[in-house]
Amino acid sequence: MSTPAAPLLLAAGDATTEHRPLIIGLFAAFVIATLAITVWAGRQTRSTADFYAGGGQFTGFQNGLAISGDYMSAASFLGISGAIALFGYDGFLYSIGFLVAWLVALLLVAEPLRNSGRFTMGDVLAYRMRQRPVRTAAGTSTIVVSIFYLLAQMAGAGVLVSLLLGIKSDGGKIAIVALVGVLMIVYVTIGGMKGTTWVQMVKAVLLIVGTLLITFLILLKFDFNLSSLLGAAADNSGAGAAFLEPGLKYGVSATSKLDFLSLGIALVLGTAGLPHILIRFYTVPTAKAARKSVNWAIGIIGAFYLMTIVLGFGAAALLSSKTIRESNPSGNTAAPLTALEVGGGAGSTGGAILLAVISAVAFATILAVVAGLTLASSSSFAHDIYANVIKRGKATEKQEMRAARLATVLVGVVSIGLGALARDLNVAGLVALAFAVAASANLPTILYSLFWKRFTTQGALWSIYGGLVSSVVLVLFSPVVSGGKNSMFKGVDFHWFPLENPGLVSIPLGFLLGWLGSLLSKEEPDRGKYAELEVKSLTGVGTAAAVEH
Amino acid sequence: MATEAVPPQRKATETAPGPGPGSDPGPGPARPTTEQFVEVQQSEEFGELRRTYRSFAFPLTVAFITWYLLYVLLSNYAGDFMGTRLFGNINVALVLGLGQFATTFLIAWLYSRHAALRLDPKGEAIKARMEGDA
Repeated sequence: MSTPAAPLLLAAGDATTEHRPLIIGLFAAFVIATLAITVWAGRQTRSTADFYAGGGQFTGFQNGLAISGDYMSAASFLGISGAIALFGYDGFLYSIGFLVAWLVALLLVAEPLRNSGRFTMGDVLAYRMRQRPVRTAAGTSTIVVSIFYLLAQMAGAGVLVSLLLGIKSDGGKIAIVALVGVLMIVYVTIGGMKGTTWVQMVKAVLLIVGTLLITFLILLKFDFNLSSLLGAAADNSGAGAAFLEPGLKYGVSATSKLDFLSLGIALVLGTAGLPHILIRFYTVPTAKAARKSVNWAIGIIGAFYLMTIVLGFGAAALLSSKTIRESNPSGNTAAPLTALEVGGGAGSTGGAILLAVISAVAFATILAVVAGLTLASSSSFAHDIYANVIKRGKATEKQEMRAARLATVLVGVVSIGLGALARDLNVAGLVALAFAVAASANLPTILYSLFWKRFTTQGALWSIYGGLVSSVVLVLFSPVVSGGKNSMFKGVDFHWFPLENPGLVSIPLGFLLGWLGSLLSKEEPDRGKYAELEVKSLTGVGTAAAVEH
Repeated sequence: MATEAVPPQRKATETAPGPGPGSDPGPGPARPTTEQFVEVQQSEEFGELRRTYRSFAFPLTVAFITWYLLYVLLSNYAGDFMGTRLFGNINVALVLGLGQFATTFLIAWLYSRHAALRLDPKGEAIKARMEGDA
């Protein structure tokens, strides 16, 4: 199933061969700087509280920055600008959904979670329930969601580096994916949460500065007139005014309209169920600081997504859609190509430098996000599954940390393997799938656990497994995997589910099953435990910041 | 913009050992007993805290999700309306999209103000009493 590796843009190819040392130099600088941070953080990582929660002593602002760094992934940067560049307005839904979703986290999840859990999502889900089955379920779902998300980042890394370094062979791309995998293993095993947090903060700053720069340069070309930028994008896209209206991608049929709705729901409900985001709330000492981190994150992320409008429509205005598509069928390289263009075009030094800078930023983005994802899955494996299920809560700290590091290596290896398969899918689309799984399996369980006193162990298991299995199965038999234009497997068609995003079906199902499972449950809900959880979640009683030295 | 306050909750009372063998791995040192938690949960004071929180957060959540879904549905099924040009190349769709950004910022601010004014004092009073009692 070799990919007909989209012919690299000659222009970009030329620019990059000339300036390859510069590009490699920038990549290397970021890698060396972050490795230094990691080693420094590793020296201070002694206990499980350090490894999982970075000691729990980050400030609200620091954590807000790190959340932004954790959240604004290659999907946002490469995927959204690509989607807007190709489909105009329809690509913009991603930006809106990804941002509005933070209100769910702010109003319903962040503070109660900080107050009632310690290291993982499983801490909260299992609080009032029988520990072993619920922790197993929470761990499974954490790992599945994170791996979906990792896939997207890996696909982004492959795309980016093949554009930059002119690596066309499958072997070369896979080598890059492997390199990313190895780096993330190193970050997480050595630096733990503290190292990961600092890497994410550095990356957030780089991403914002880089995006500001390109946005400024694009707007400069249009005299800071958004209307004329949009007009130029519409004209240049070949679609005319329709490019600025909804429907270019999703308006073609009744099914695609449902797909749009499905995507919209998954985006807005997914964020507050993403384990790698949830564990970030444990890195601050109080619920108030968690609230403050979300507020900072909303500000930073909102500003960034506003800029994706300029980035995406700017790409459409300055490049032909043929150019964008030839470089990458899903539009993932639109942002770096635009950087090349506003810097002076192919062959110019300015263009090559900007291309290198933006690509290095995207590379930093990918590394920071994969580190967060790996940490989320390995800490859930070690804390939920190993320490609480296998060892029944009797693992020593040393054993638990060793399990976490081992799991990190395992997750790294698995995602390298899967990442090689997914390299031609639109990165934003892949991330949307992770959101759908998180919204179906995790969010219903979190909300019921926190707010519904009749919720039982059986209800929790039904909603986690029901949401997880239904969303994953629907994806498996969707056009994303087979039978579509950019499917993961080409030449075979075993799809029967018409939508690319399963959220429309699997999210209501997750909620329904949690409710039904509790009603049909023979065992009574544990009232005492619910009292503990509810009082703690609203008042913070007993939440000593996770400091044990 | 907000400046970071040092968390005021470091107390010298953290002497209780971690959960003993066999106990649930609940977070932090488990000081108050389950009975105390049940008692607080049933109390008028806590009931009011819960009401103040839920009566603000729940309707607001329903509101912003409805508004967001309305926007998605309009994009899907009211293309002509969304494509109406308001000025230059700026159409209704873009303005409503930017409106989603504006309402998100607004709601985040409203909730945080509500939490700081109405929830934090009540929560902190209960927390101080429970941790002091134990």
